[in-house]
Amino acid sequence: MKKRFKGKVWRFNDNINTDVITPGKYENLPMPEMSLHCLEPVNPDFAGCVAEDDILVVGENFGCGSAREIAPQALKYLKIGAVIAKSFSRTFFRNSVAIGLPVLISEKAAALTSAGDKLEVDLEHSTVINISSGVKIPVEPLDELLYGILMNGGIFSSFRNT
Amino acid sequence: MGLTIAEKILSRASGTKAKAGDIVTANLDLVIAHDGLDSVYNILKRENEKVWDSSKIFSSLDHNVPPQNERVAARLKHMREIVRELNIQHYYGENTGIANQIAAEKGFIRPGLLIAGIDSHVVTYGAFAAASTSFGFTEIAFIFARGKIWFKVPSTIQFDLRGSLQKRVMSKDIILHIAGCHGMNIGNYKSLEFSGEGAESLSMDGRMAVSNMSIELGAKFGLFEADEKTVRYLKEHGVDDVQEFRADPDSEYEAVFPIDIRHLEPQLALPHSVENVKAVSLCEGIPIDQAFLGTCSNGRLEDLRIAADIVKGRRVDRFTRFLVIPASWEIYLQALREGIIETLIQAGAIIANVGCGPCMGLHTGILAAGEKCISTSNRNFQGRMGSYDAEIYLASPATVAASALRGKITDPRNL
Repeated sequence: MKKRFKGKVWRFNDNINTDVITPGKYENLPMPEMSLHCLEPVNPDFAGCVAEDDILVVGENFGCGSAREIAPQALKYLKIGAVIAKSFSRTFFRNSVAIGLPVLISEKAAALTSAGDKLEVDLEHSTVINISSGVKIPVEPLDELLYGILMNGGIFSSFRNT
Repeated sequence: MGLTIAEKILSRASGTKAKAGDIVTANLDLVIAHDGLDSVYNILKRENEKVWDSSKIFSSLDHNVPPQNERVAARLKHMREIVRELNIQHYYGENTGIANQIAAEKGFIRPGLLIAGIDSHVVTYGAFAAASTSFGFTEIAFIFARGKIWFKVPSTIQFDLRGSLQKRVMSKDIILHIAGCHGMNIGNYKSLEFSGEGAESLSMDGRMAVSNMSIELGAKFGLFEADEKTVRYLKEHGVDDVQEFRADPDSEYEAVFPIDIRHLEPQLALPHSVENVKAVSLCEGIPIDQAFLGTCSNGRLEDLRIAADIVKGRRVDRFTRFLVIPASWEIYLQALREGIIETLIQAGAIIANVGCGPCMGLHTGILAAGEKCISTSNRNFQGRMGSYDAEIYLASPATVAASALRGKITDPRNL
C-alpha cells in the first residue's frame, strides 16, 4: 500500500449510491468487464479515462445503498488512489478499509478542488495538498486501527495472528 | 445512565460496557448469507481460513433464483457445492424465500441477537430487537473465520411515533415520510429506535418494512423494542423461550424526533432518490408502465392482503404490468389459502416466483428506457431496475395496488 501518491481529481456529488458505482445489472460479470461500467450513470467516460492513483473527491454519504463490496473493489481494480468524501456510508467505508482502498473524510475537499486538479496525498500523516492551487486540504486523521488495516492491505493480513 | 438497545446488545456481545463512540470487538450470534456466498468462499480460500462455527451460518439463495442464464446457473451450482463443503447446516436453498424474511419464519431470530448479513437489508431483523447489520464480502469472510469483528458502538436516534395510522396508510408511508423529512444521511453510522404507541400499533410485518428501510437512512441498526406482539410472532414460529427486550428508560439518545402519524397521508419517493418524497395526493396521474409489489421491504402477507382488498372485483389497467412477488413461499402458501392469490390473478396481476425479482435489476420485470414503475421495494436509484432512463417511484403496497388499477399513480384512499 502506497503511503504517498499524486493523482488527478474526479468530482462527484452527494449520495452517490453503490448502484451508481457498480450497477446491479452488471453484478454477475467478471471484474474486468464490470469495472468498465463503474460510475457509468453519472459519468460514462469515467471508467475508460481514469488513471492509476486518480482521486475521487465527493460529497456526503458516498457509497450509500447496497452493501455490495464490488463497489470499492471496482474502484480498487481501476487503481483509484483514494476517495475523499464529506462523509461515507457505513458499509462503503468499512468495505474499503477491509479491502485496502484508502478512504479519507474531509469537510472542505469538495469546496477546495475542481475536476482535473492534481492532488498529493500522504496517508501516513493524513495530509492532502492541491498542487494545482497550492492549497492544503484539511482531512480527518485516520483512526490508528483503520490505518493499520489499510497499510496491511486489508483486514485479513492485518489480523493474521489474532 | 441506562443503555440503548444497541449498547445493550454490543455490551453483551463484546463483554464490555459498550457506550456510543467506543470501538469494540463483538462476537456474532448469527451470520446470514445469500447469493454472495461464493464471493465470501473465494476470500476464505484465498486467505486459507476455515469456518469458525458452521451452525451459526444461515443461507438462502434469493437474488438469482431460478437462475436466469448459464453464468448465473454456474454460480448457483458452485454455491450448492460450497454449502456442502463448508457444512452450512441452515441452508434453505432456492425454494424458501428472501434471506431477510425467512430467518424469522424459520425461528432463527430473537431479541438481543447480534447478526451480520451480506445483504444490506438484513437490518430488517431490527423489527425483533435484534442488532442486525450488513458487511461486505471480505468482512463477512472474516466473521465466517473468526466469529467476531470490530464495531463502532453507534449513538441512537429515537423516532417517537405518536397515534396510529388511518385506513390504507401503511408503515411504508411512515418510513418514506421520515426519509423525506430527514434525508438519507440522518442514520449514517447510527442506530435508530422506533418507539411509542405508533410503533406498538404496527404489526410485525409493518415493523419489518420500517426496519428494512432504515438502511436507506444510512443506519447500522433499525430497531423496535420487542413487546408482547414480537413474542407472540416468535412463538408462532417455533421460538419459545423469549422475553420482551427494551431500551433502558434512562438511556441516552443523540436526538428524539416525535412523529405524529395520525394524519399521515400515503407517501411517494420520486426518482432517483429515497429522500425525494411527496404525498401521493400531490402526484396523482403520473402514468406508469409497471406496478411491483414484493421484495424484503413489502412482500409480506399484510402487503398482499391489502393489495387484494383494493383490487378485488376490479381489473388492472390493460397497459400496465402488475407484478406480485411474495417474499417467501410460506407467505405465498398462506396467501393461496386465503384466496389472495386468486383475487390478484383475477384482477390481472402477474404472480412471479418467490425471490428478489427485479428489485436490483437482475431479472423478471426489468424496465426499458422511458418506462415508469411504482414499486414497494426500497431503492429507486437510477438504473436500479434496468435502464438508466427508467424511473422508479417507491410507495406502499396499497398505493402500488391502487396505481396498478388506474395505470397511473393513485391515492389508495380514493378507491
